[in-house]
Formats: sequence, C-alpha cells, structure tokens
Amino acid sequence: MSNTLLILILLGLMVLAYWLGVRRSRRLVAGSGGVRALHSLPAYYGFFTALWCGLPALLVLFLWVSLQPGVIRDLVISDLPEMERALPPAQLGLVINDIQNLAQGNIVSAEVNPAMEQAAAHYQRLQQTGYAASVVVVLSLALAGLSLGWRLITPKFRARNRVESVVKWLLVGCSTIAIFTTLGIVLSVLFEAIRFFETVPITEFLFGLEWSPQMAIREDQVGSSGAFGVIPLFAGTLLIALIAMLVAVPIGLMSAIYLSEYAGAHFRAWAKPLLEILAGIPTVVYGFFAALTVAPFIRNNGAPLGLDVSSESALAAGLVMGIMIIPFISSLSDDVINAVPQTMRDASLGIGATHSETVRKVILPAALPGIVGGILLAVSRAIGETMIVVMAAGLSANLTANPLQSVTTVTVQIVTLLVGDQEFDSPKTLAAFALGLLLFLITLVLNVVALHVVRRYREAYE
Amino acid sequence: MLSVTPDSMGTVTAPAGVIAAGFSPVADDSRAINGTVGDITAIDPRMTARHVNVYYGDKLAINNVSLDIGKNEVIAMIGPSGCGKSTFLRCLNRMNDTIDICRVEGEIRLDDQDIYDSGLDVVPLRAQVGMVFQKPNPFPKSIYDNVAYGPRIHGLTGSKSELDEIVEQSLLKAGLWDEVKDRLDEVGTGLSGGQQQRLCIARTIAVAPEVILMDEPCSALDPIATARVEELIDELREQYTIAIVTHSMQQAARVSQRTAYFHLGELVEVGKTDDIFTNPRHRLTEDYITGRFG
Repeated sequence: MSNTLLILILLGLMVLAYWLGVRRSRRLVAGSGGVRALHSLPAYYGFFTALWCGLPALLVLFLWVSLQPGVIRDLVISDLPEMERALPPAQLGLVINDIQNLAQGNIVSAEVNPAMEQAAAHYQRLQQTGYAASVVVVLSLALAGLSLGWRLITPKFRARNRVESVVKWLLVGCSTIAIFTTLGIVLSVLFEAIRFFETVPITEFLFGLEWSPQMAIREDQVGSSGAFGVIPLFAGTLLIALIAMLVAVPIGLMSAIYLSEYAGAHFRAWAKPLLEILAGIPTVVYGFFAALTVAPFIRNNGAPLGLDVSSESALAAGLVMGIMIIPFISSLSDDVINAVPQTMRDASLGIGATHSETVRKVILPAALPGIVGGILLAVSRAIGETMIVVMAAGLSANLTANPLQSVTTVTVQIVTLLVGDQEFDSPKTLAAFALGLLLFLITLVLNVVALHVVRRYREAYE
Repeated sequence: MLSVTPDSMGTVTAPAGVIAAGFSPVADDSRAINGTVGDITAIDPRMTARHVNVYYGDKLAINNVSLDIGKNEVIAMIGPSGCGKSTFLRCLNRMNDTIDICRVEGEIRLDDQDIYDSGLDVVPLRAQVGMVFQKPNPFPKSIYDNVAYGPRIHGLTGSKSELDEIVEQSLLKAGLWDEVKDRLDEVGTGLSGGQQQRLCIARTIAVAPEVILMDEPCSALDPIATARVEELIDELREQYTIAIVTHSMQQAARVSQRTAYFHLGELVEVGKTDDIFTNPRHRLTEDYITGRFG
C-alpha cells in the first residue's frame, strides 16, 4: 500500500464524512421546521465534517512523510558498527546511500559485507514499520476527526463560519506561497551573489569596463585571470533595448491610437486580436527569425552601402525584439486611451476641435501617464528578454554604441555562464548570480515605477 | 369623381394640429404643423429645424420634429427620459456624428446655412454652435488652458495678450473670474462641481459661438450652484441664443422664454413658457407638467 492509496482512502473518507454531516444536520431538524431551523445550509455541515476528517489526518501524513527518512537514517546509523559511524559525513552519506540501494534492490557502489546487509535489512524493517504505523495513525486520526465533527453538529452550530474561516486560511496560504517563493529565489540569488563579491570586489563588478569571465583551470593557462566588469554587458543590453523601444513605441502607440480612435468596429474586431497574436509567438521563434532572416538581411544590404555589419548585430536583435514588444505597448496604450472618458472627447469636439486635434491635445495628454507606465513595463520586459538575444546577439562583450556591431547582453551571459558542466565555487559560475541580482533589481525598480505611474493615472478621473 | 365643397372640407378634415401617433389633441392653434400643438416658429429665428427624423440603427428616436430657435432667447426642452430631447439638441451641432449608428434626416439650418449639407465642414459649425454637457467635463489641464483651448485650436488670437484678454472675458461672462483669477494655472478638475460647470461654459463662450446648447447643465450640481448657473444663463441670453434641455420644470420656467415638450420622440407642444406652464393645451403636456407622469 503506497501513500497515494492512503491519500485516496482519505479522500474517500472525506466524501463519506460530507455525506454523514449533511445527513445528520437534516435529521436533527427533521421534526422542527426543516433546513430553516439550521444555522447554516446542510452542505456546510457536510463540509465541516469532511474538513475535520481530512485536514488533521493529511497534516499528520505530510509531517510523517517528510520526517520519516531522517529518523530512519539516524536509527540505521546508530546501529552501524563503530568503525563506520566514525566516518566523515560525506563518506557516511555514501554508506547510507549504499544501504538504501541494497534495501531497494538497486545497484550498489561498494562491496557488500555482512554488516551492510544487516543494516539494509534493518533499514527495510524500519521502513515497513514506519509505514504501517503511519497508515494506522492517519486513518485512526481521520476516523476520530470524522466522529468529532459529526458529534459537534447541532442545529445552532455555526458551520458556515467555521468552513469559511478554513477557506480563508487556505486562500492566505496560497497567496503566501507565491510571496515566499519569490523571497526564496531572491535570497538564494542574493547569497550566491555575496559569495561572488567575496572573490571579485563589487566596485570592479559594477564599474569594470571589461568582461571576460574565462577562469584558468591550470596555473600556467593563457588568459588565466577573468575580468568581471559589467558595464559592457549593460551597455549592450541597453543598446538592444533602446533599438527595440525605437521600433515598438512609435508603431505600438500609433496602432493603438488608430485602433481606439479611428478604426471602425469591424476592422478593430479582427485587427486587435491579430496584433495580439504577435505576443503569443514563442520568443524562440522570434529568435531564429532574428538570427536566420533579419541578421543576414541587414548584413547583405549593409555591404553594398559600404557598411561593415556584424552577422550578429545589435540591430537585428533589437529590431526583432521591438516587433515582439509592439503588442505589449499597443494593448496597454489602447486600454489607457479607452479609459479617457467620452466626455473629454465630447468637450473637445463640441468646441469645434477636429478629431486629430482632440487626439493630440486632449486624449494623449490625458493618457500620457498610463502610456509612460506601459512603456516602462515594456522596457523592463526588453531588458529581461533572453531567447531572442541568446540566438541573435553575439557573445563578445564589446563596449560600443554602434548598432551594426555585435554586442552581448546580461541575459546572454547568464545563459552561457550556466550552460554545461560548471564548478559551483568558481567566480565564473557565481558571476551569473551577481548578474541575475543586478538584472532583477533593475527590472524591479522599473516595474515599481511603472506600476506607480499607472496607478496614479487610474485615479485621475475619479 | 368625388367632389368636395369648400364648406364640407372645413368641417371634415382634422385640424392641422392633430397628432397621428395616438395622442388626443386638444383645440388647436393656426400655426401648428407636423402634429405639434402651438407655434413652432420664432420671430427672429437663428436656427430652424424642419421635419427632422433621427434613427439609431433601425430605431426611430425622433419623429418629424420641426422647431425654430430664436435669436437671444432661451428655449427649454422638457419631457420624460428617453423622449428624444437630448438627441434633438445634439443634432443642432452634429454631435450625433460621433455615434456611428445614428442617422439624421430632414433639414436643420443655422442662419440659412443647411448644417447637414454634404459640403459643410463640421468644425466651424461646432465653433458657432457650442455645447455644454450634463456632467461638468473640464480637461485635466489648467483653468487657463481649459478656456484657451478653443481660441488656440481655431487660431482666434495672434498674441499672448489677446489670448489673456479672451480668457479673462470668457471667465468674466461665466461669472467665474473673481473666484479663479489668482489661480489660473491650477488644474480645472480641482474646482468644485458648480465652478467646473461654469468653467465649461467659459470654455464654450471663449470661441464666441452664436448658439449655446446646454444638455441638462445643472443635473450634477447642488441647488446653490444651480442658481448661479441659471443666473448666468439669463445674462448670457443678451448675447447668445441658448437651447437648454432640462429635467427640472422649475428650471425651464425660470430661465426660458419658450418651452418645447417632447414625448416619445415627438414634439408635442411648443409655446411661450408662461403659456405652457399656466395653460398647456395638450393633455400629455398637462399631465407631465402637473406631475402625473415623467
């Protein structure tokens, strides 16, 4: 019997408990006015009984499953011969691993000796006992909970309030999971970044003009010292993001103005979803579009003009990223333009302004904060975008403002630093965390500013 | 061949004021046409509407309305909700053009110019026939910029001082100057409701219109602010022609010289305000004014 089966049995018991709870509540008031004599609807009594049956049992099962391996491990270790118990932790871990493998019939790394076989048998016994105990405890707890919940039911009992408070705590739990996950990610990145800054000074990282993260494996290797100056990476990131915004802002904004102010209902009905399909194209598709179509196109057309275009130019990556961001900007701008009250348009048109004067002098100024907020969100998206630049931007960290040259971005470097086999204690690997932290901080600030701007705008007409 | 003597014609044919759509007319007046009781003409008309039909899609919102709007008079349009009075008002400066499914038939003239003529540019028309809306709708710009908006887009002024003069004059006429003269660069939306509405009136008169249309201008205001706006309407009458839609019969009685009563998209009765309120001739008008419905 596995834990899955146990959980299924528990769920079955909960259904039974629900049914029993509903039945008991109905029976209690059968003679005295029916359901109306109850404080809550019968279903709430059912849910209440089911929760009493299921929740404590599930909690105990969860704790049991998470604690049992540790306890068994300690018991097995305490039973090992003195010689093996004295081993250093890493080797002891190997031994335990072997014992576990032996118990489960897997391949064992070391030679099997009688002491180990004994330990394996011990391990197996302990596990079986533990499992049987958990089944007994959990099931009896479920039944006890069921009968307690069932007994608590009286016509005056406020089952609805109890059930709703459990649901509220469930909601609280779900929302904190997201928060704690974010916090956990930030902290893990932060600690690794701090480890990185122990080897590379933070000033060198932030203000260094050279990026070459190759670390020597042997002492005599050429180019042994890595350089971790982040400036070229950020210059590259900003250059590509700038090109992307130069493409996306005018096109996105103007298409939003056309769609919300000028387009007929019919055109709008099919053009808007079509534009938003752009946002649904996977970025990897944009990536090879940039690498295989746009970049060669720019290079081939640049050559006759006497331009020396790199085959992995910032221009190609930026152009394609801009196209990717167009729907982002257009749909956000469309929303804020539509949020400008019709009375503003009426007022302007009523004075005799033309439609375009109304758009330029009333609607755009009124929607401007919202549009700026949307643009900032798009910038943070452009800075964090990875797939397009991995495929279309280069790897060499050039510090240049020339869009025809190859540049690299923060995200590209993070990918290359972590792809493949890496030593986890080398600055080269840890640098990825420092880069990630910096990127996170920048996009966080951009998002906070953008959301703040957008929220202020929303209040403007109330 | 059927012959009708002049004598029998006089007795058999219905009077010109009979309304076809199931209304029961009362004794009629000579100059009524189109089923409207009373005199639709003005002595010195600035705008004339004849046989106006308005459709929203297939729905007929206004049925065969004819009405004159006289120079330097305030004409009030009253009637229950959905009777078409606002729709009719919005026809007078073609604000209905902004509604895609709206279609207007008939003829509306401003000083002998057909405003629905295909060659007419709607922009100067709206400068000549300004509009004040139900809800105060100042732009989220400064008070000064709100008033200067119209003169700027129409290029009415050559210099900053001229513009300053127009802004001051408009605010003076709207009775708002004393309250805002020290804070012209504050946002217009920061004023109180009544001040906002007077700001909107100032914004409208800044482009020197001939006619001002007001669509329930006081419905969002408190009684004191309403009284200020009503006083203002009375003062503005000397220079402008004003058509006002209102739900308040007291307001119609206070500010207007003529009153038009609309019902279910038809113009039921028009006349001097005093006559309408003291001696309505159509049963529907009487029922509405005496508060039996509406």
